[in-house]
Amino acid sequence: MIHNATASPAKWRLKRPSIIPGFGLTLGFSLAYLSIIILIPVAGLLWRTAGLGWSGFFAVLTDQRTQDALYISFGTAFVAALVNVVFGTVVAWVLTRYNFPGRRLIDAIVDLPFALPTAVAGIALAALYAPNGWVGSLFMPFRIAFTPLGIVVALVFIGLPFVVRTVQPVMEELDREVEEAAATLGANRFQTISRVILPGLTPAILTGFALAFARGVGEYGSVIFIAGNIPYVSEIAPLLIVIRLEEFNYAGATAIATIMLIISFVMLFIINLIQAWNRRRYGNV
Amino acid sequence: MSEDARSVLGNPPPFRNPADERPLAKILLIGLALVFLAFFLLLPLVSVFVEAFRKGWSEYYEALIEPDAAAAIRLTLLVAAISVPLNLVFGLCASWAIAKFEFKGKSFLITLIDLPFSISPVISGLVYVLLFGSNSLLGPILKSQGITILFAVPGIVLATVFVTFPFVARELIPLMEDQGTGDEEAALSLGASGWQTFWYVTLPNIKWGLLYGVLLCNARAMGEFGAVSVVSGHIRGLTNTMPLHVEILYNEYNFVAAFAVASLLALLALVTLALKTLLELRFGAGAAGGRH
Amino acid sequence: MFIFAPGLGRRLGARLGAVALGLSLTTGISVGIVAPAFAQSQLLNVSYDPTRELYKDFNVAFAKYWKAQGGDDVTIRQSHGGSGAQARSVIDGLEADVVTLALESDINAIEKSGKIKAGWRDRLPNHASPYTSTIVFLVRKGNPKGIKNWGDLVKGDVAIVTPNPKTSGGARWNYLAAWAWANEEYKGDQAKIKAYVGELYKRAPVLDTGARGSTVTFAQRQIGDVLLAWENEAYLAGAEFGKDAFEIVVPPISILAEPPVAVVDATVDSKGTRKQAEAYLQYLYSDEGQNIAAKHFYRPSKPDVVKPDLLKALPNIKLVTIDDPIFGGWKKAQPEHFGDGGIFDQIYKPGK
Repeated sequence: MIHNATASPAKWRLKRPSIIPGFGLTLGFSLAYLSIIILIPVAGLLWRTAGLGWSGFFAVLTDQRTQDALYISFGTAFVAALVNVVFGTVVAWVLTRYNFPGRRLIDAIVDLPFALPTAVAGIALAALYAPNGWVGSLFMPFRIAFTPLGIVVALVFIGLPFVVRTVQPVMEELDREVEEAAATLGANRFQTISRVILPGLTPAILTGFALAFARGVGEYGSVIFIAGNIPYVSEIAPLLIVIRLEEFNYAGATAIATIMLIISFVMLFIINLIQAWNRRRYGNV
Repeated sequence: MSEDARSVLGNPPPFRNPADERPLAKILLIGLALVFLAFFLLLPLVSVFVEAFRKGWSEYYEALIEPDAAAAIRLTLLVAAISVPLNLVFGLCASWAIAKFEFKGKSFLITLIDLPFSISPVISGLVYVLLFGSNSLLGPILKSQGITILFAVPGIVLATVFVTFPFVARELIPLMEDQGTGDEEAALSLGASGWQTFWYVTLPNIKWGLLYGVLLCNARAMGEFGAVSVVSGHIRGLTNTMPLHVEILYNEYNFVAAFAVASLLALLALVTLALKTLLELRFGAGAAGGRH
Repeated sequence: MFIFAPGLGRRLGARLGAVALGLSLTTGISVGIVAPAFAQSQLLNVSYDPTRELYKDFNVAFAKYWKAQGGDDVTIRQSHGGSGAQARSVIDGLEADVVTLALESDINAIEKSGKIKAGWRDRLPNHASPYTSTIVFLVRKGNPKGIKNWGDLVKGDVAIVTPNPKTSGGARWNYLAAWAWANEEYKGDQAKIKAYVGELYKRAPVLDTGARGSTVTFAQRQIGDVLLAWENEAYLAGAEFGKDAFEIVVPPISILAEPPVAVVDATVDSKGTRKQAEAYLQYLYSDEGQNIAAKHFYRPSKPDVVKPDLLKALPNIKLVTIDDPIFGGWKKAQPEHFGDGGIFDQIYKPGK
């Protein structure tokens, strides 16, 4: 009703006509809400950064500490996402293909990192992987907590369900007959897995990787408890933002935030591209 | 049929589907998955409860009824009670507009909705500090009106809403896109009003996905740390949410109390998971599938 | 009219209604409880990390005293965190009535924002520091590395736990104490002093953002051989983690750390709590306030009013002040040592 009343030639091109009502109302509300909660605050951040000028922004960007923090954030998130791709795929495989006691319980617990507050995960992981913790003591004198490895541990925790939950549904849809066909054609199991199954899973695995990576780059709550927070070594970019704020250095904080914001936007774009590619592939099968 | 082929070729028993792994490989894979999950998921969860009950029930109970802890629990409930319904309404509106209509700039809109998901929580808090801080544009104006946003409940709610923004919408959009517009069009052509169509046709179709989105949104709203920490002000008994209170107790060497409050949050996570599993058991994996 | 699956919709509606009702009830109840009662006055004391236990005791004592003086029921709220972070929150609008921070420079930053009037440092006795403290060493039981003085910190494979001077007030005092010793040891040779302090930070396996974080790292996580800590933190850690676990080593020379306090003029004038806030800070200098401070191992500014046995734990050592010519006061030392590109930034090259 709303869109009928306002239907004009200009609007006609914006939106394909439909008899379903409520477009104006729902889109209008969504956009207004989006603007208030997300767009205006984010624009405020960008505006502040613009106030720095190009040289000010560049000074923050070329600062060694900023670069190292970004390198650590992205490096550990990358490694953690890789670990999750390997083990997450194994977990997804075990959950979809095998039947064993407790499978449903394991399946449920995979979502734990979605539901468990990050600060709780942080103190629990720090307690476990510290040199005197249950797990940390097993690996002494090799230290896990309070090194970049500790960050990886926290990010593996945070990112795991993203990989499992992206790969699992695709695995469930896999056609067993294709595998059987491969086997009858003389492929051994390893060949079937690497040549037939894995290629089909690649888009899902890539999406899972990108999601885990994107989430890991910005993670704060769980990491600060376990990282050790040594500048240049185990200081993540979000922590550096907080530190810059504590030093009353708003320029530094906003500049780093803007860099991370741009990167997360790019990451989202890439994820959407992979998913579009994914849809195309599976749309044709 | 593959079994037939095998018996013709005279393959020896033990009998195995060629599209299956050897039992040994199977056991190895299951073992690997279990060990990995134990180290990364199970042990942290268990350790929260072990640490919380280290000094027995009475200490645990006292840690939770302590006035500041109780205030933190209440504040967390309040924040979730405001931000989850807000995002619920937004999620319904956004998914209706996106899934039921074709319009230009749709995929850009979806990317914008996804944005909070990949923004660092610290930045989510920072943007509000920049917007409402004393040396911002809005801060002094609101201050002269007697409105406080930062370091008070409104700021905490805003930061929480920001962080949990995409949860309901992202759950519903794929679900509603899958269902298409046929049912709604049929209802409308039979004379139902728009509101009736939504209430009697669309909502029953999406209710489990909606519930799942609300569950996840709620879990995150109650557990958010980074964003809230930037805007909270950390006033004991006033602007400390449960995760912040955990950090404070932890910093006071009060590990039992810290883990006691943490165990409540862990319990919340377990309840969320249990409800989600229940939803899947009753209504099939499709109704409450993963978040993507 | 045609109704699709009416039962389903209605049941769901009822359920959603119930949920909404539940939520709004929770909201109502919580708001009722969370909202402060306005019949009494309320002060917010924004402080730094290690003072939690001190102010927990002191707030009770002050509320009792204020009531006995014929004042209203005063509740004191506490906020704790890194000194710099707390100052930042106050500048950004956290409505503190009083600030009790670790560093003069943090209160100077609030002063610059206009929320505290200039000259706050002279409004209360002893540079507005009701209690002082110093930096000592906390070592593991039996002092296995034989650490007695600042020079021992850079011998052998000693690993040092100290927080980050860029974010932690206590850490800046640690840094300045080391600097003061080195200045005496190397007769003011700047290159040697910088080399020493640089070596000290090279031995830090963890650089926490706050003093509390460092204590947890050292005491709970068993990392490092020595913790550079506030004197009061060191005693508190001993009490919390068992006296047998650690020993306190007091070096012959250290820094006189003066944590200052101030009334936040902007807040008390708009809230009308100036009277209570000023009395609150004044009371820190009273006999009871000084005894409470000493009980929590802060060095009282008026030791003569404190019970002698409380002072026993606080030995007399040579304490260099920030106003000593080698530092030249916070206004000079802050940018010179801890500013962006300052001496700390120049000498701090973590062992990669």
